[in-house]
Amino acid sequence: MAAYVVRRLLHMVPVALVVVTLVFLMLHLIPGDPAQLMLDPSATRQEVAALRHQLDLDQPLGRQYAEFLGRLVRGSMGTSFKTGRSALADAWPSFQHTVELAAASVVFAGLAGIGIGVLAGARPRSPMSTLVMVLALLGVSVPTFWLGLLLIIVFALKLDLLPAGGAGSWQALVLPTITLGSFSLGVIARITRAGVAEVMHADYVRTARAKGTSERAVVFRHALRNALIPVITVTSLSFGYALGGAVATETVFAWPGLGRHIVDAILARDYPAVQASLFLFAISFLVVNLLMDLAYALANPRITYG
Amino acid sequence: MAERTRATPLHRLLRNRAALAGLVVIGVYVALAVAAPWLAAYDPSQNDLALRLRPPSLHHLLGNDELGRDIASRLLWGARTSLAISVGAVAFAAAVGVPLGLAAGYYGGRLDALISGTVEVLMAFPGILLALAVVAIFGFGVFRLILAIGVYSVPTMAWLARGSTLDVAHMEYVDASRAMGGRNRRIMLRHILPNILTPIIVQGTLRLATAVLTAATLSFLGLGVQPPEPEWGAMIASSVAYIRVAPHATVIPGIALMLVVLGFNVAGDGLSESLDPAAARLG
Repeated sequence: MAAYVVRRLLHMVPVALVVVTLVFLMLHLIPGDPAQLMLDPSATRQEVAALRHQLDLDQPLGRQYAEFLGRLVRGSMGTSFKTGRSALADAWPSFQHTVELAAASVVFAGLAGIGIGVLAGARPRSPMSTLVMVLALLGVSVPTFWLGLLLIIVFALKLDLLPAGGAGSWQALVLPTITLGSFSLGVIARITRAGVAEVMHADYVRTARAKGTSERAVVFRHALRNALIPVITVTSLSFGYALGGAVATETVFAWPGLGRHIVDAILARDYPAVQASLFLFAISFLVVNLLMDLAYALANPRITYG
Repeated sequence: MAERTRATPLHRLLRNRAALAGLVVIGVYVALAVAAPWLAAYDPSQNDLALRLRPPSLHHLLGNDELGRDIASRLLWGARTSLAISVGAVAFAAAVGVPLGLAAGYYGGRLDALISGTVEVLMAFPGILLALAVVAIFGFGVFRLILAIGVYSVPTMAWLARGSTLDVAHMEYVDASRAMGGRNRRIMLRHILPNILTPIIVQGTLRLATAVLTAATLSFLGLGVQPPEPEWGAMIASSVAYIRVAPHATVIPGIALMLVVLGFNVAGDGLSESLDPAAARLG
């Protein structure tokens, strides 16, 4: 297992390097002069030259890349143009908010999805089962941002039960969590239903029934446990989805996360802030993928680490 | 059971009521988008402040938006925009991704290592990040949106084409063609490509759903189609401020969007079930 962890960590290095290189190159792919674009159209030539110098754009590309990597090792990705502070330090609190929201949505989607999926899978021809399939389809088809708006209309404006936006309380977390989790909930419920329905006919389930085990124990102890591996896979994937989906959800609910941070940065052409946010997003993906791979290896004894 | 295995993919598709419903929705959507200039009763950009935020009425079947524009007309013209963007994006993704995947799968070796290595890295990230990066670099607007959403789907298309090519590349007819002195390019185009098209078409249909959603999402965020051009995501964004007094302006474009995405999803599922019943049985 230790060797597997080390190998998996080593595998991350080239991928992280590709990510860093792409983030670096972003500034150079922009058509025109990024310094000119970031400044007011009325900026003087000296101001543009000063910004080019500040961004290292007046250096040869190789040198810029080396400087970029050097700064990154020291934990810096340049200065945000809007705030004048370190772009990475600026993005960090937003990142924490996004992780909080993404984690809440995965827990919600996982628990609700597995619960509904088991109920449907235990009786594949019941109305409940049809309902799950319909909900799963709606879950993957409804635009996240629009679902968020509907929830705001119903629960915040009409019923006045929950806040329409902001962060800082558990109430504020409820609607964004449901919004962000709905897509994964649909997928998880569908996979769980399929897995449970399939093993309900397996010999060991029939044996358990023949021995007089209660239906509940048959479903939860025998069927669900054996249907769980693909469910774990999908649930782990949904964390990645939640990080990406956070962009729209955070805007709808004014949630101060990284998704909103990056949208604001793109609209303001604050390129260092865009680079820092993309970098944080990408690295968190790599870490989540790594953790999920390890969890998966632990959960499935059939995977060998050799 | 024996009858089932004899059924052609078309028979299976026609028996799948959900898939048919999906195809009907797509058909209606495409027809409305194409016929928008003739069907729209009003100019989609014509403001009429006297009709601001009016609910649906006989003259304006779906009501009016925050500038008094006719929502039904904007919806029709918006369908055109979103159809153009999504078809353009998926076509772009296929045009770039399929040749890459085909070459990687066919030639193998270092070329495969390079292409599949890059694709694997890109697939580790959610597409919206790639799309955001493209938007950050190139800016906003319809053509840039096609590029951003197209880039989003390139890795999936390349991965699928590579996998399918690997399945086909060692078939006897390919070996035979090579033994007869067929050139690589000809073998790829004449013998391999036609045999890997099925999964690509299925994936393309499902990607259209993602493309419609992503286009609307980016436009909603202000990073896609810019006002006053009618686009469903942008329509929702501009009416959000009035959600309390005129929820219809937010709800109606959302319903349209959901129906179309649902249509593509159901049709894509149906296509994959009828073309490859064994793989789809579990879903």
